Amino acid sequence: MPFIPHTEEDTRAMLDAIGAESIDDLFDEIPAKLRAQSLDRIPMGRNEMAVSRLLHERAADDSQPLSFLGAGAYEHHIPAAVWELTTRGEFYTAYTPYQAEASQGTLQLLYEFQTMMAELTAMDISNASLYDGASALAEAVLMAVRANRKSKSRRILMPATVHPTYRKVVDTIVRHQGIQLEIVDFDMHGGHVDPDNLPAEPGDITAMIIPQPNFFGALEDVHALTDWAQSNSALVIGVVNPTAMALITPPGEWGNGNGADIVCGEGQPLGVPLSSGGPYFGFMCCAKKHVRQMPGRIIGRTTDLEGKTGYVLTLQAREQHIRRSKATSNICTNQGLLTTAATIYLSLVGPEGLRQTAAHSHSNTQQLMEKLCAIDGVEKCFDRPSFHEAALRLAKPVDEVLSALDAEGILGGYDLSTDYPQLGNAMLVCATETKTEADLEHYAAALQKVLA
Amino acid sequence: MNNTHTPLIFEHSRPGRVNTTHTQRSTATAHSIPGSLLRKTPPCLPEVSEMDAVRHYTRLSQKNFSIDTHFYPLGSCTMKHNPRACNSLAMLPGFLRRHPLSSEQHGQGYLSCLWDLQEILKDVTGMSAVSLTPMAGAQGEFAGVAMIRAYHDANQNSERTEILVPDAAHGTNPATATMCGYTTREIPTDGNGDVDVEALRAVVGPQTAGIMLTNPSTLGVFDRRIKDIAEIVHDAGGLLYYDGANLNAILGKVKPGDMGFDVIHMNLHKTFSTPHGGGGPGAGPIGVSKRLQPFMPIPVVGKKNAADKEVYYWLTEKDLPQSIGRLSAFMGNAGVLLRAYVYALLLGREGMTRVADYATLNANYLMARLSQAGFDMALPQRRATHEFILTLKRQAREQGVTAMDFAKRLLDYGFHAPTTYFPLIVPECLLIEPTESESKETLDAFVEAMAAIQQEAEGDAATLKGAPYTMPLRRLDDVKAARELDLRYKTKPVSDING
Amino acid sequence: MSNVPNELRYTKSHEWVRTEADGSVTVGITDHAQELLGDMVFIELPETEANYTAGEECAVVESVKAASDVYSPITGEVIAVNEELADAPETVNQDPYDTGWMFKMQPEDAGEVDELMDAEAYNELIAEEGH
Repeated sequence: MPFIPHTEEDTRAMLDAIGAESIDDLFDEIPAKLRAQSLDRIPMGRNEMAVSRLLHERAADDSQPLSFLGAGAYEHHIPAAVWELTTRGEFYTAYTPYQAEASQGTLQLLYEFQTMMAELTAMDISNASLYDGASALAEAVLMAVRANRKSKSRRILMPATVHPTYRKVVDTIVRHQGIQLEIVDFDMHGGHVDPDNLPAEPGDITAMIIPQPNFFGALEDVHALTDWAQSNSALVIGVVNPTAMALITPPGEWGNGNGADIVCGEGQPLGVPLSSGGPYFGFMCCAKKHVRQMPGRIIGRTTDLEGKTGYVLTLQAREQHIRRSKATSNICTNQGLLTTAATIYLSLVGPEGLRQTAAHSHSNTQQLMEKLCAIDGVEKCFDRPSFHEAALRLAKPVDEVLSALDAEGILGGYDLSTDYPQLGNAMLVCATETKTEADLEHYAAALQKVLA
Repeated sequence: MNNTHTPLIFEHSRPGRVNTTHTQRSTATAHSIPGSLLRKTPPCLPEVSEMDAVRHYTRLSQKNFSIDTHFYPLGSCTMKHNPRACNSLAMLPGFLRRHPLSSEQHGQGYLSCLWDLQEILKDVTGMSAVSLTPMAGAQGEFAGVAMIRAYHDANQNSERTEILVPDAAHGTNPATATMCGYTTREIPTDGNGDVDVEALRAVVGPQTAGIMLTNPSTLGVFDRRIKDIAEIVHDAGGLLYYDGANLNAILGKVKPGDMGFDVIHMNLHKTFSTPHGGGGPGAGPIGVSKRLQPFMPIPVVGKKNAADKEVYYWLTEKDLPQSIGRLSAFMGNAGVLLRAYVYALLLGREGMTRVADYATLNANYLMARLSQAGFDMALPQRRATHEFILTLKRQAREQGVTAMDFAKRLLDYGFHAPTTYFPLIVPECLLIEPTESESKETLDAFVEAMAAIQQEAEGDAATLKGAPYTMPLRRLDDVKAARELDLRYKTKPVSDING
Repeated sequence: MSNVPNELRYTKSHEWVRTEADGSVTVGITDHAQELLGDMVFIELPETEANYTAGEECAVVESVKAASDVYSPITGEVIAVNEELADAPETVNQDPYDTGWMFKMQPEDAGEVDELMDAEAYNELIAEEGH
């Protein structure tokens, strides 16, 4: 029987010990009329060879075009050691480290992870991760409302330059908390929120979200925005790309004061494969003064009976299994396996490797933009500096262009015209360090042909 | 277990030690980015060789209990064997390299797997439709209660402000109700471990939005009056939410849809054996009855015929305009869903039922053996389902040893501890879930260990109080951790890599 | 046996109340409550100038494995909180009736304190809960 070790003899002996005639007797407390009749729509069991063949066929259906698509999920090289180690059974098949003495591997690794994320963002502390970037932003909004005790308005400023799906997810999750999500429009030339357009007297604001880079890949004027928000007693929530942190000012250093209050983002670029959208992990960091409002698992260092250093889950009284209806969130897990991968990834690439990955991705995208903008009918949408993604305006409808590129084996980018109709025929392109000079040339040649 | 001291990865770090293999060497500079937006000092990440990293993380892995290495009877968590085929097939390059926003045309293989999984989950739960998008059980719960709210709102029923939750429920239930803007009212449990139906009858009314139930309950028994409960709540205009944490106990035996539930979530990392990964990722698909179908979270996989071919596609806001919305940046935890799908194919129709059969056999056997060994069960008069509760209240009174002491001592005997102190309503309890994948020999060895620990408790309780002894560390100081928060290593400056 | 000083007043939710010479009241949690909760790791105090009605949640005491609300024993305004507890929550364990006080209130109705339990009644309550 698949994954069941019992011999007939075992089963008999066990039933005897229980004092039951048959396994079916063990279900005698379930009212007879509730017993399921059949499972017609479920196929009969197959062996590993047959299932393997089926899955190989299906995976082969999913072709692998040359991709210039980003929009929140980024293709980076993942060192082979990352997943070799991550899928070791001791990491892969363990659970939440409730028994600390028998879980020091996971716990120490998470403490290292927290340290790395705090370093990357230049924030005081990090939690042990949340589900993904979008849901982490929703949790950050809820956290800001708890943390900003002076503000009574529950108003959150949400720039239109935040990933459109993140905005939808935040709306889904915080909808029932009386929170107002106020969209802040962007500047059509820069593709960023222009600090000069923000009101001098905005009233009571609980928090402002600042994406860096923003959804268009453009860099926001984070210092001016942070100062404006904090001078109006609003907390600052940064939503950042972790790879970019090796190159650009981290949120802990934004503005003239103490930096952002809460930082979150999508951890996928740190060693997690694209894998059709998940599992990824969301990260969340904050200033020390807000730690008790942070959702999710947090690991702390302590000592054992003999004074040796060890690690435990801490600040558990914030969590649902203790606080129940008053918990900071209903979240119970982190994304343990993905944070394992990210921790190993960051150890292998180190500060210099991450900087090179960021710089190379930035430079590849710059080069791609130059090549593409040299084509008739292609221009840059915005003039702000960008990280590793940028918006282009085309002379033809984007969906037609993307289909034609698709036929050439190229995933050309993300069509912006649905989410941002005001931009016209706009699309978002991204070239990470995985793209070679030849790839960029190939794309430029294909686009020229399509637009001709 | 590896009991040698393992320094932090940062302590292995040496300035200037760089792994050139892992990155694309680049002389590129960020000349187009203004200086005010550039990072001034590099992050203090470790600078180690590949071998340093491999050794370090291999050693750390050896400081963990896991299903692969130890019996792990953690009640309510379903720590059963994670078949390796599920992992290797979900990590085929076609699935792994696919960008979530690449076209449906480039994802027919992947989408067809998800469609099949939706169909399997519909059948096994008896629900009308399934959305795979929630990324964890708790997110599935959120989606479920948000749908209940959307349903009442759509019917202009805004006076329904209360969610009923049994006192034995998982903490996520009341926490979820709060997130959906509801207040929670607790329903007591009767002496047999069932929901107190009279108490329920007394509190339902026009303010009742719904009830959240786990069946089998967290007490490890099947609530026999579930049909009455459904009727009482439905008659009052409320809906029934099924917390699928214990679905493995009734897989193929009872369909939650037949019990009268309107919405359920499933923990694929429990019932469908996807790995727990040291605390995640999970996946918490939801199933709904017909009347909640318009409110399902998106996206959902659809199937249509185009040019004599079956084509799979995503149902979005356009198809489900009343949806509660999106829960993740993309389409949920695709890799976890694929693992669950492979597991379901390997089990097949007959294998589903066997999960419930043998999980129940193992739990009842273990309960019978532990009773014979002199332990007290919380509900000895009841059949165990896939798990059961042992209470050490007597030992606490007589020998002064607690459930925590037993738990820590079990580690020395080579067993992961059962869940302790949950459910909250049973004093000094161990919630024990052996799962179907454990053999009789393992269960027998566990009984022997428990009996030996009981003897130790009667002889010299101090032995238990000091446990564990054979782990990398002795018992850890939780109070110190919470009072003197140390949540990150204080990294030293590394060499200025921009210099 | 828990210490239940005679001169204080008590609530069913295990707060103690002391009326000061100036008419204000000092509030903390009882020795019995701190024993039940175990080692304190954090105390969340109310904000000064906040107003509470009797029975309203106004503070939280956290131990490693539990978090418990503290309820306002009377109706009134918070006029001071024990800032020392931020760095030394264990004071509530060590000295619940003196240096472990939590906050001071100005009661709206000075007579309200007299309606609370005296030491004898509170001792009976603890004895009953023990069964």
